Amino acid sequence: MQALTPYKDAIDIVKEAGGEAFEQCYQCGLCSGTCPWNLVASFIVRRLIHQAQLGLVDFEDDDLWLCATCGACVARCPRGVEIIDIMRAMRNVVAEVGAAKVPDSLRITAKNIASAGNPQGEAREIRGNWAEESKVKTFTEGTELLYFSCCVPAYDPKVRRIAQATAEILNKAGVDFGILGATESCCGESIRKAGNESIFQSLANSNIQAFTESGVSKVLVSSPHCYHTFKNEYPALGGNFEVVHTAQYLLELIRDQKLKLTKELNKKVAYQDPCYLGRHNGIYDEPREVLRSIPGLELIELPDSREESICCGGGGGRIWIETKKGERFSDLRLEQAIEAGAEILAVACPYCMLNFDDSVLTMDKGEIIEIRDISELVWGAI
Amino acid sequence: MGGNITAEALDRDERRIGVYICHCGLNIADTVDVEAVANYAGTLNSVAVARDYRFMCSDPGQDLIKNDIKELNLNRVVVASCSPRMHEPTFRKACEAASLNPYLFEMANIREDCSWVHDDREVATQKAKALVRAAVARVYYNDPLEIKEIPFNPDTLVVGGGIAGIQAALEIADSEHKVYLVERDPSIGGHMIQLDKTFPTLDCSQCILTPKMAAVGAHPYIELLSYSEVEEVSGFVGAFKVKVRKKARYVDEDKCTGCGLCQEKCPWTADSEYDVGLSKRKAIYTPFAQAIPNVPVIDRDSCAYFLKGKCRACEKFCETGAIDFEQVDQFIELEVGAIILATGYDAFDPSTISQYGYGIYDNVITGLQFERLSAATGPTGGEIRLKDGRKPESVAIIHCVGSRDQNYHEYCSRVCCMYGLKVAHIVKDKTNADVYEMYIDMRCFGEGYEEFYKRVSEEGVNFIRGKVAKVTDKAVSEEEEGKLVVICEDTLLGSIIRVPVDMVVLCIALEARSDAEEVARKFIISRRADGFFLERHVKLDPVATPSDGVLIAGCCQGPKDIPDTVAQASAAAARALAMISKGRVTLEASVSHVNEDLCIGCGRCEELCEFHAPKVDIYEKPMPVSRVNEALCKGCGACAVACPTGAISIKHFKPEQILAMVDALAET
Repeated sequence: MQALTPYKDAIDIVKEAGGEAFEQCYQCGLCSGTCPWNLVASFIVRRLIHQAQLGLVDFEDDDLWLCATCGACVARCPRGVEIIDIMRAMRNVVAEVGAAKVPDSLRITAKNIASAGNPQGEAREIRGNWAEESKVKTFTEGTELLYFSCCVPAYDPKVRRIAQATAEILNKAGVDFGILGATESCCGESIRKAGNESIFQSLANSNIQAFTESGVSKVLVSSPHCYHTFKNEYPALGGNFEVVHTAQYLLELIRDQKLKLTKELNKKVAYQDPCYLGRHNGIYDEPREVLRSIPGLELIELPDSREESICCGGGGGRIWIETKKGERFSDLRLEQAIEAGAEILAVACPYCMLNFDDSVLTMDKGEIIEIRDISELVWGAI
Repeated sequence: MGGNITAEALDRDERRIGVYICHCGLNIADTVDVEAVANYAGTLNSVAVARDYRFMCSDPGQDLIKNDIKELNLNRVVVASCSPRMHEPTFRKACEAASLNPYLFEMANIREDCSWVHDDREVATQKAKALVRAAVARVYYNDPLEIKEIPFNPDTLVVGGGIAGIQAALEIADSEHKVYLVERDPSIGGHMIQLDKTFPTLDCSQCILTPKMAAVGAHPYIELLSYSEVEEVSGFVGAFKVKVRKKARYVDEDKCTGCGLCQEKCPWTADSEYDVGLSKRKAIYTPFAQAIPNVPVIDRDSCAYFLKGKCRACEKFCETGAIDFEQVDQFIELEVGAIILATGYDAFDPSTISQYGYGIYDNVITGLQFERLSAATGPTGGEIRLKDGRKPESVAIIHCVGSRDQNYHEYCSRVCCMYGLKVAHIVKDKTNADVYEMYIDMRCFGEGYEEFYKRVSEEGVNFIRGKVAKVTDKAVSEEEEGKLVVICEDTLLGSIIRVPVDMVVLCIALEARSDAEEVARKFIISRRADGFFLERHVKLDPVATPSDGVLIAGCCQGPKDIPDTVAQASAAAARALAMISKGRVTLEASVSHVNEDLCIGCGRCEELCEFHAPKVDIYEKPMPVSRVNEALCKGCGACAVACPTGAISIKHFKPEQILAMVDALAET
């Protein structure tokens, strides 16, 4: 039997990385009970926090990389503990203080983002190539709106349709917009949650510089992750830009009559609240309003929706980590959507799209249900 | 020099000021050179004597002052020592004992404001000298003030007829002083009359309360104003004027015999408040069988006559002709000396916590609803039953619902751990069902409480440490079919568990009444951040409020169990009786004063004052003047600031006094 004395250095190191919130935890276990991981496997969030309290975190534990930062625990915690900050801090101790090895796929992704500014590791120069077909111009001083597509639609052909649909809509509505292409880098939101604080700082500084030099004041994003970091995290580094997500902007265009939605879509559509639009930023109604504006569309509400929405599993850097079959949240959610009678599952996030497309494929549900981004649905109705 | 000495001042009697510098042991003397300060004080204008002494507040210290007043003919005294909040009364009494008006005394705080906050001896001593110089300059202009007393009305108002109000009323009434007990529900009894058994003794709540209720109803010194509410309060301690609205029952209390026939015959129903929605009552009803007074009330919102002009069955069947649809609310004016607020608590509504399924699933109930199921007078005659009438085979009891939770109420609701244990015991006793108690901590602090916890453990109750995340009806296995599944982490096992049960009882928090803000305003008291009424001092004065004469008792001051409620109610009664026994109220002399020669009767002071102290006499000739009710005035100075002609000043805080201090402090 070993004497337990709280391991002060280990406590301090997590605090210094930004995880001091563990001091407020009174170990009730509500976080564990709420965490979606316990729908598919076992993840005792509370125990990790107690380890942080006593300086007993096992930095080699794989469990440190489970958190998808969905925010369900934080929303309900009776003490208001910022649990995501604690996860991020512990990961930072691994990733940048070097206390253990980062999972391989994350390590590679971090390298790619650091060197090429995108998780796929592809050339910076071709970042804007997706936009050629839609004849999108480069953003210059005086352009009203910057469209920041997110690395995934920019580089990944599977998900490119989000950016393409958005560009077509903006053209149709006569919006004065442009992209920055090669001078853009990944927004950094997820790699920061995966513990890579310095990579985030350099990405943010690079983006802030590029935006400022080009005279950007308003940014339109397709990803709630980009939305979250531009709105809530960039200001601390001096980046103050007005940010809107397509779910909000499309509603504006519809209400201002700049878009006429006339083509009917006679399908039952369920909406997946993305964690970073919903729980993290309180945006629940605008996306639903957009969908209701599409003629013929029947909007159905999933169980566990809005604040109680179940994460697709893509946040916190997990989009770059392989999740075992049988442990995928998106599989569960797809089942719920199918059970509710949805023919289309509408998403508002590129990570959700990647995960749900994958689920449809691996569960062989392609005949029953489709995954569509709201921008695609709107474009289809014009 | 100490203060501007105007020609006017020179014409006054010579000032002979005594200055006393306290060492306070080493508290002051360690940092401030008290001898140097005393020597310095001796050089100031009009100072007849300056001394330093180890403990001025001690008897010999006070004697120094008294002797100097007599022998040296002092007419002003300054003590430089601790905060006036500590010993101003002590030294004022010492002056009084030597026949010097207590308001001719000033204190300079050279402890909390000086020696306790500085390290540098030179700096602290300089500062102490300046503070003494300022006090001496001020006291020069102090006037002797008259200390007035007013008689104390020996009648008391108790607002709220739950156990707290009942206890306080009985104690005061037993001393043969009159009590008005105002209760807004049709009967007294509060929440305690809804309870079945009380922890830890499992006394039948109604059995121990009803004798007290009967005593209230029959007491010659208690005037019970039931189905009534306080509309307006004015006046001040010792002389409150209270306007009470006696709501119309539409039943003549003098004619009603309490036979109950009207209730039997009434065809219209509504949800029973007493049974927390678990049963129905009639439109004409007494809330429960043991109601005091035993006179029914007609609920306008469910009575067909008031809604549609029909029926009147009660009137037809009443043998004494007691039904009176023409009744109107009556207004009664009361005059009392003290007021005790005992307005109780509201039960937290757990439908805001959607994850617990209250209001969604039939068999999720609150602790208060459980009391009604378990009570013999309840909708199931005391049997624990599910909505469909079956006996539950398993019950989960969830702690901390709406309390210890930043998202609802941060505080701990104090009684829920104990009543959760009681629910477990009753379920075991009446059904032998499997019982699961989901807790975070077990708070069993009172007499017999820990022992009760042990007893319940020995009854085979399963204790699971973990805050419940969800209650769901979605089964994932056969054994969960048709059950409610409680999901939580058992933190002691370190794993997530799913517990299938038939019934879920939520230990809901006690919260402040929904109209607490309104009530607080009416009685000019404040609320704490958690919504309950603010006591004067959490440790040392839990029944008084910042408003003299208004006392609080019971759960309106914070969640508490019956023993603590009764103790606090007795304390409030004792405080009221102390004031009644003294028979008079000493008014603060430092109040607002209007120079009628300068007053133009503009009324700005009356508009501003929160305590309604200044009132303009519009009939005064040659022009209206404002006069201040010294009993209401708190001496805050707002009127003095607003007065456009400078007619108002605050006694003991005249401009000359303040400006003299400013000038003295500005000197180097």
